[in-house]
Amino acid sequence: MKIAIPVDKKSRDSNVCVSFGRAPYFLLYDSESEQGQFLLNTAAESAGGAGIKAAQIVVDSGAQVLLTPRCGKNAADVIIAAEIPIYKTIDKTVTENITAFLAGKLDTLDEIHAGFHGE
Amino acid sequence: MKIAILSGKGGTGKTLLAVNLAAAAKVAGYVDCDVEEPNGHLFFKPDHLKEEAVTVKIPQVDDKLCDGCRLCVDFCRYNALAYSHKLIIFDDICHSCGGCVLLCPQKALTEQDQAIGKIKIGKSEDVDVISGIMNSGEASGVPIIDRLQEHIASMDKEGRDVFIDCPPGSSCIVMDSIKNADYCILVAEPSLFGVHNLEMVHELVELFNKDYGVILNKCQENENLAEEYCQARKVNILGRIPFDPELGLINSNGKIAVRESAKYHDLFSGLLSAVLKEAKVETTSNP
Amino acid sequence: MKQLLILSGKGGTGKTTITSAFIRLAAAKAYADCDVDAPNLHLISDWDQEPERNDYFGMDKAWINSDLCSECDLCRQHCRFDAITFTETYAVDPFACEGCAVCEYVCPENAIEMQAAPAGEKMLYRSADTVFSTARLKMGSGNSGLLVSEVKNAMKTSAAADLKLAIIDGSPGIGCPVIASLTGVDMVLLVAEPSVSGLSDLKRVLQTAAGFGIKAAVCINKFDSNPEQTANIEEYCRMHNLDLVGKIPFDEYAVKAINSGKSIVDIDCSSGRAVQPLFNRTMRLLYGD
Repeated sequence: MKIAIPVDKKSRDSNVCVSFGRAPYFLLYDSESEQGQFLLNTAAESAGGAGIKAAQIVVDSGAQVLLTPRCGKNAADVIIAAEIPIYKTIDKTVTENITAFLAGKLDTLDEIHAGFHGE
Repeated sequence: MKIAILSGKGGTGKTLLAVNLAAAAKVAGYVDCDVEEPNGHLFFKPDHLKEEAVTVKIPQVDDKLCDGCRLCVDFCRYNALAYSHKLIIFDDICHSCGGCVLLCPQKALTEQDQAIGKIKIGKSEDVDVISGIMNSGEASGVPIIDRLQEHIASMDKEGRDVFIDCPPGSSCIVMDSIKNADYCILVAEPSLFGVHNLEMVHELVELFNKDYGVILNKCQENENLAEEYCQARKVNILGRIPFDPELGLINSNGKIAVRESAKYHDLFSGLLSAVLKEAKVETTSNP
Repeated sequence: MKQLLILSGKGGTGKTTITSAFIRLAAAKAYADCDVDAPNLHLISDWDQEPERNDYFGMDKAWINSDLCSECDLCRQHCRFDAITFTETYAVDPFACEGCAVCEYVCPENAIEMQAAPAGEKMLYRSADTVFSTARLKMGSGNSGLLVSEVKNAMKTSAAADLKLAIIDGSPGIGCPVIASLTGVDMVLLVAEPSVSGLSDLKRVLQTAAGFGIKAAVCINKFDSNPEQTANIEEYCRMHNLDLVGKIPFDEYAVKAINSGKSIVDIDCSSGRAVQPLFNRTMRLLYGD
């Protein structure tokens, strides 16, 4: 299963990035091959619509699930249209979040917030 | 005459001045361009209210014609389009540039009007009160200001003096609010923050080659940094409003000082004469 | 690190005055001014060094190469922002240009290019243990949500790893800069002014902040300038279960402090005394009971 997660730096011991749309990178982790690759999030430097562009990058990567601490409504519309479920990360490293997800311990992300409109 | 009232920041007395100058003029137009936080209508409480929606053109897709080529997604500089099993269009991010519609090879995109805010039109005694209100979350208030400019132009043609209450700051919506003004009044407070913000808006009116003057608000006995600034830069001071808790109370209760007492009627009528006299001198000598 | 954002909705309520008092009381080592349209915090922040300066780039702007231009007028006809003018040559008005690139697309001569345009300047003040991030948007720029994000990120990146508290001075209004200020903060303190306009603007900014699920508290500044309106705000807070952390009286010494580049807690004055318990209550809410 291919898992996408926003990260602060290109390293497996990175923390989960607090922002989805402006995360510097996404980690795309394949739980079968246990391989991961880092995708540059070009949305981070957009004047506006960063969440939408970041969501497009996630959709295009072939991710089958997204783990994120938060997600704006516009970004969520894109992710949900691709039938990618969204789970809420916990306050731990990326590796710990992936482990928790695979063990079925993460909750789905229910609070889709109003979005940053132009950020 | 179209007179714009502006300041570098909020809370200096723009609305106080714009509302009371319009009330003192008796037959006038008051136009509220502070579309994010309009306040003028709270004072005038206008009657005979009419509303006009302000719309912009937003693209719509015919999914049957769309073949998922994504040229539009790649073109849009605002990231207002995404392709996720089908094309998704984000109305409140779209800047209505029309680019995606132009370039779609399948002609799958057409444009529809969508409301981003409204104009409220009413009357308070013989003041025409027009307020622009932006829906929260919208990308830009500029189309609302453009519609307000149409109303400003028609009131001006009728011979009404129009007082334009501008948004605070110096961003694009402020520029749009002052662009057709004949004269600009910069409202300044005496404090350190006040003079710093006066400097910003002074730069703006200079850039636009506008005729302008300053009215100092909340004036007290002690040092007035804004006044010193004006004297140093030879900026014309049109008048002063004293720091006055009674005036502050009337204003914070949402009342129009000119209509509450003779004292304030006289104060603002005096300022109005000074403004109109100066504005006419400036505009005749610099056509 | 906990982040406290101070917002107002309406301008002129005393947001920056209160923010500077909080910074002093907390001996905060990380703070930022996100009011990029009209930044004021640096005026009373006591830094006597030059900051690191960096350009902020917003949307690209169009530029017409008049050597290649055939004056076909297609660009001007297609521009939805009235940004293309023709006097002796075709030219782009950089204040009106919104960077859509439609003109570049329609130009048959490839005479139009989109170019990076500085839309503001970022400033970072740093000492051995403290960081202050601020910025100024250039005149005529719009949508400063990105710049606000960059100001906050610059503060977070430079702040010491073990810092407990960051204080952010937000911007007035309800637009993109306010929404961008709200990202990732732990609590927002709203400074309200006792007036009809003040309550109206407070409601609009609360509406904007509502979807974020961030702890919010309210304080009233210059409360004695209008007791009736103060009561209206108190009633509003009660009805909406909002924490009212305190009230500050109107104080002529507050302006005197500001004018000499000081905060209200640097001198002995009534507003300075009133802000102390307000600060304590805010910190208790921020760090949780």
